[in-house]
Amino acid sequence: MGALKLCFVVQRPPYKSENARLALTHSISSQTAEIHLDDGDTIVPTLIFVGDGVLNAVKNQQAMKHYGVTSTENHIKNGLLIDMPVWICKEDMQRLGLTEAQVITDAEEMGAELKMKFASFDEIQKEMEACPHLLFF
Amino acid sequence: MGVLTMGVFPSLVGSGTLDFSFKLAEAAMAKGHTVNLWLSGNAVMMAKKGQRAFKDYSHLEKKMMELIGKGMETTVCEACAEARGYHKEDTPPGMKRASMDWYLAKTFKSDRVLHIGGE
Repeated sequence: MGALKLCFVVQRPPYKSENARLALTHSISSQTAEIHLDDGDTIVPTLIFVGDGVLNAVKNQQAMKHYGVTSTENHIKNGLLIDMPVWICKEDMQRLGLTEAQVITDAEEMGAELKMKFASFDEIQKEMEACPHLLFF
Repeated sequence: MGVLTMGVFPSLVGSGTLDFSFKLAEAAMAKGHTVNLWLSGNAVMMAKKGQRAFKDYSHLEKKMMELIGKGMETTVCEACAEARGYHKEDTPPGMKRASMDWYLAKTFKSDRVLHIGGE
């Protein structure tokens, strides 16, 4: 009986490839992993955006309008709704000229209590070190 | 002996990364380790049986069937496969179809997880 921490580290931008979307869908699927596990065992995910991956968190995405697919914004908000920690690298945001006002900070309109964590690379490094397995997308 | 779970996402033809993944799985099994293989993203191309071997392209179906026969648990992402038109009846014998939670659950009891990302 126990919990396994998994870090899903997203370093690719959205829409250009399937990687970021797969990171989101795989991390959210941690909610149902228990059906394959022994009683009491659980997967505890942290979703982290670094590098160009921080672009996944830009607000007001119009993916349905332009591509006919759900947005990564919607997936990130679903992640917050299920209380999955979602972190974004402050330094990489700065590198791309992104401010906190331009990215997803919460999913209050969906009823989520958890908020996006704006984390330094040092904090992210510590979180990654605490995870036995890292999944890079 | 250990348990190795590999999450593999690259396509069959193009990068050579999927070839590498199967070679690594084979080497691990030859050393007596247990290997779980999760195929997702473009790697679900392996979920189509009857692929024809050409010398100009990677061909892994035969190798995969060999490894499945030796006990490699191989599961394909059902949604990724369906999105590409690979249906249940297309699936090679011995390969399972599941949702993404299968992969995460396998990481729980694995000594090592190798996540081999897509293009």
